[in-house]
Amino acid sequence: MKVQLAIDKEKKKVSPGTKIRAGRQLGFLVLLLVGMCLFSIGIGRYPVHPGEVIRIILSRVIPIEKTWIDTLETVVFNVRIPRIIAAVLVGAALSAAGAVFQGMFKNPLVSPDILGASAGAGFGASLAIYLSLSVIGTQALAFCLGLFAVLSAYLVGSRVRHDPLLALVLAGILVSSIFTAATSLLKYVADPYDKLPAITFWLMGGLSSMQMHDVKLALIPILLGAVPLYLVRWKINVLAMGEEEAQALGLNTGRLKILVVFCATLMTAASVSISGIIGWVGLLVPHIARMLVGPNYRVLLPTSFLIGGIFLLLVDNLARNIAAIEVPLGILTALVGAPFFIYLISRRRGGWS
Amino acid sequence: MNLIMDALACGYGNHAVVRDITLTLEKGDVLCLLGPNGSGKTTFFKTILGLLKRLEGKIYLGGEDIKKWPHSKIARAIGYIPQTHHPQFPFKVIDIVLMGRTAHLGPFAAPSAKDTAIAEEALDVLQIDYLKERIYTELSGGERQLVLIARALAQQSPILLMDEPTASLDFGNQVLVLSRIRQLARSGLSIIMACHFPEHAFLYGTKALLFKEGAVFGFGSPERTVTEDNIKALYGVEVEIAEVYTKQGEAVKVCVPCNTNHHLKMSLGGLRNVQTA
Repeated sequence: MKVQLAIDKEKKKVSPGTKIRAGRQLGFLVLLLVGMCLFSIGIGRYPVHPGEVIRIILSRVIPIEKTWIDTLETVVFNVRIPRIIAAVLVGAALSAAGAVFQGMFKNPLVSPDILGASAGAGFGASLAIYLSLSVIGTQALAFCLGLFAVLSAYLVGSRVRHDPLLALVLAGILVSSIFTAATSLLKYVADPYDKLPAITFWLMGGLSSMQMHDVKLALIPILLGAVPLYLVRWKINVLAMGEEEAQALGLNTGRLKILVVFCATLMTAASVSISGIIGWVGLLVPHIARMLVGPNYRVLLPTSFLIGGIFLLLVDNLARNIAAIEVPLGILTALVGAPFFIYLISRRRGGWS
Repeated sequence: MNLIMDALACGYGNHAVVRDITLTLEKGDVLCLLGPNGSGKTTFFKTILGLLKRLEGKIYLGGEDIKKWPHSKIARAIGYIPQTHHPQFPFKVIDIVLMGRTAHLGPFAAPSAKDTAIAEEALDVLQIDYLKERIYTELSGGERQLVLIARALAQQSPILLMDEPTASLDFGNQVLVLSRIRQLARSGLSIIMACHFPEHAFLYGTKALLFKEGAVFGFGSPERTVTEDNIKALYGVEVEIAEVYTKQGEAVKVCVPCNTNHHLKMSLGGLRNVQTA
């Protein structure tokens, strides 16, 4: 059942230009990210000279004569590096999740918490703070309720036969509003001198007091979500054509959609559980990436991942350096993100047609 | 590979939109599907593709019932060309055509160099290789339709389903798209095409299938099936089917609506009455 497409008569060149260009762009972004990380370690309340940053890090691997005080080493390894890794991870995870959700729902205005992950995680963390659980308990409860919220949205949505995708989005909004209401109730009954500020601060989102074990805790679910998405990323293109067309092209859309929703939710819930609610990143960064490399997920997904890391690191640097006190990250991403998004959509081809 | 349908009924839930479809499609056939809006043409296509559960009957491909086939296996046998559409994201033409390779890829695979070569070959066959790096959403309707046909060719399925491939195309693009479709059929593909002009059945079809009010109203050669009486029954308009001769002396059948002047006079007369009243 072969159609007469005589491919073998002459081997065609497979547009090597495009592939090399995409590879170069990704390589450049990786270098930029590494450079930004090193630079970010140096800035802050205790400025460290970039050369010294490199020597302090290298001293862990090879013996280097110590020319710095112990405090500096503590600042670099216990304060700045965990925080920088967390910023990169959270930014990358939210952006990658946002990019795949936008493709799956064929809607460029979708963000990774569309199915209720943030609202669920926010409620989980508030409940944990209300019950005076430990930091790890807070993260675990945030993560579990984030997943639970998306699962309930999925179950509610799947009861509707007619337009499953729309039903899923509506169910997500529904579940989000229920969890947001529950969070408000907790805030209302919480101790106003002690618990209420803690809950409010957590909900604003931020990466201060990040420690290495927090980072490790989030790293596993984020990687568990990122690797399968990376493997199926080309097929997300086909999914973006719409359910029926994708099936007519031979795609098992049901299986792929469950995989994509599960992985993207895992990444979102894991990020929210360590950073609190940080809006705009997952909506904005996929657009920047799409403007740079186009909509093909083969390149778009890794690009969103890298730009997301760079973006949130940049904003977190602002958060800890622009004022005498630290500005909550969630507030800053909204302040930076919203005007930038207006600029993007006012351009003629703002990442989508 | 022959496509055989036996007493097929298509519809949603328990409601049959069209029933009792029995036909055979052979290599090189162009089956033109005619029927008024809502007569079940799209439902019929979705059922063949396995997007809708069939209500009754059988569909055989190469002697095997395709009821239990997964989407990928059906897609390797039957390609679908939807009406021109507008995706949300500005994909390049080559990206769109490469999607035709989906059914040939493993669960974690992306198109290889060989797949790209097949996609480029498909663009060549339709003589639109110059569109390769263009943005799909910025093309004209005719170009987009050709890209979707190229995608179906890259799918390498011997049977193509086309849902009104010339709807919303201007005259030049209609002729262009239809002549390419005829070439494809001559190269050995079988095509089922929903048409909105009876003439297309004469110009391009080897068989015609008529749907009316939930049933098959006629099936056979275009000459015997697309008649003045049948068109009247299908669309409720009087037509005259006439033969014209081209400069090369080739006889071509055309389908001309009659009585339009009569209708026009009546309605103009009505207007005049309103004005004088």
